[in-house]
Amino acid sequence: MFLALRDLRHARGRFTLMTVVLVLVTVLVTFLSSLTAGLARASTSAVTDLPADRLAFAEPAGAALSFTGSQVSRAQWQAWGARADVSRAEPLGVATVRASAPGAGGTTEAVTAYGVLPGSRLVPAGRGDDVRAGTVVVSRGAASDLGAGAGDTVDVQGRSLRVAAVAASDAEFSHTPVVWVGLDTWQSFGAHGGEARATGPVATVVALWTSADDTALAAGDAAAGTQTVTLPEARSAVSSFTAENLSLTVMQAFLLAISALVVGAFFTVWTMNRAGDLAVVKALGGSTASLVRDALGQAVLVLVAGVGVGAALAACAAALARDAIPVVLDAATFGVPAALLVALGTVGAAAAVWRIARIDPHAALQAR
Amino acid sequence: MDLHLDHVTLVYPDGAGTLTAVDDVSLTVAAGMTTALLGPSGAGKSSLLAVAAGLTPPTAGAVLVGDAVVNAPGTRARDAARARLAHVGLVFQQPQLLGSLTALEQLELTAVLRGRRPSSARGRARELLAAVGLEHEERRLPAALSGGQRQRVAIARALMGEPDVLLVDEPTSALDTARGTAVVRLVTTLARERGIATLLVSHDEDTLGDVDARVHLVDGRLTPSLALTGPG
Repeated sequence: MFLALRDLRHARGRFTLMTVVLVLVTVLVTFLSSLTAGLARASTSAVTDLPADRLAFAEPAGAALSFTGSQVSRAQWQAWGARADVSRAEPLGVATVRASAPGAGGTTEAVTAYGVLPGSRLVPAGRGDDVRAGTVVVSRGAASDLGAGAGDTVDVQGRSLRVAAVAASDAEFSHTPVVWVGLDTWQSFGAHGGEARATGPVATVVALWTSADDTALAAGDAAAGTQTVTLPEARSAVSSFTAENLSLTVMQAFLLAISALVVGAFFTVWTMNRAGDLAVVKALGGSTASLVRDALGQAVLVLVAGVGVGAALAACAAALARDAIPVVLDAATFGVPAALLVALGTVGAAAAVWRIARIDPHAALQAR
Repeated sequence: MDLHLDHVTLVYPDGAGTLTAVDDVSLTVAAGMTTALLGPSGAGKSSLLAVAAGLTPPTAGAVLVGDAVVNAPGTRARDAARARLAHVGLVFQQPQLLGSLTALEQLELTAVLRGRRPSSARGRARELLAAVGLEHEERRLPAALSGGQRQRVAIARALMGEPDVLLVDEPTSALDTARGTAVVRLVTTLARERGIATLLVSHDEDTLGDVDARVHLVDGRLTPSLALTGPG
């Protein structure tokens, strides 16, 4: 690092410029990563945080899953409930509806109504017993959006319901807060219920508590005419989640690739600029390996400084904006992309400084 | 230790044919002596210096420092670099100082290349800078030094590794006669004091008053009557 540190000191303008570029790219990548995770949570936290192990959709094996299209029947629910390797099976209705709290100014908000059985374990914090005919349990986000608290009356899809409790945790489905209502109430909201409820669709999916292996679950699916997936897999059944997540992930991937190319291009030009100096050092007896180590060390220093400052700035920005934007602030959303930026940047720099091996020490004898 | 060039030949590919840049040159430079290698442009002086320095392997013959062969046909670049570190100090036609290093750091670099900490070589570096009259310029970057000062830093740098052999390539080409003469005098004095066999390439005879011997290279061959030089 003898030469590397002195080059950094001597060419501080150029390296500062490069570091600033890295800071900006890192702010973009890490903030986007934080936003991607936040949007994913806003889209699917009500699915991934369910206390069940699996969800059974009324779709044949291999078909695309959708909470919008799935309608499980009573027979399918009961088929799963009857299996010995399933400790519990509960129907779960999912529908996006309109809600308002007339007493709090009448603002109408979109919410996702989860229809559950009385005493259901699918309601957070043991609030399942609060879900009865004529009542609703609201998530913290729904309570905030509607301006309603426990004991207030809210209007959900034209049904007047009393807020029995506000769940301590947040739950969101497709960017809308969740409210929990009785399955009968949920069925009365529209196409999923009515006269058909005795024999027709009873809910959207069946939530399963099971430790059965894939083979046993496949047999259960074949018998019930369903498709069973884990909770993370069920995220793809939330409309727009896959497209939204893929778009943001592709943007991050492009930014990572661009940053590696920018670092590679910078160090290519830098190495070419100092080819004469490197030829002299080689002529003095310096080995290619030691020069490559020195140059790579320099690149890693610049990368760590730029990425470190960029990640810190993005974390501060995310912390300030977390009330207005759905962001997640944790080691995975900031540490992983930052580590990837350093790793890919090092690869880019390595590709550039490798040309040191081709520098001929004989060139030191030429006048320059 | 003496420098021996033993029947050194260097042939380059040249289009469809070949070009003999150095043709069967044998030369011994004794320890402490400075031999000037003279000749017109294109005579092969720089090619011979490149072979002596291990920057180019010869087509035939060998370069020895004392009894050790340091460059011969088939010598790998890595081994030649190790031999340079161990035995050879190089002064180039231009000073070839690194722009980001101060005068003192130019000398410390040679210690770093030998796997030593720069601070461990600082005392010797200062001593050498004083020996070339630059003890007050150690913190200056090359851009802040004059041409003559830069060349003297380059000479001090070449001596940092305590070489057995000093190879100097036209050190006066960018200097006027007075400063060129001073530089040659500095090289010969330091070589004599430190027992270094020195081969100094030059095309400027006016600056060579202090050298111990002169040899002439014409068309890659030494002039026969002047080929062998040594003390006394």
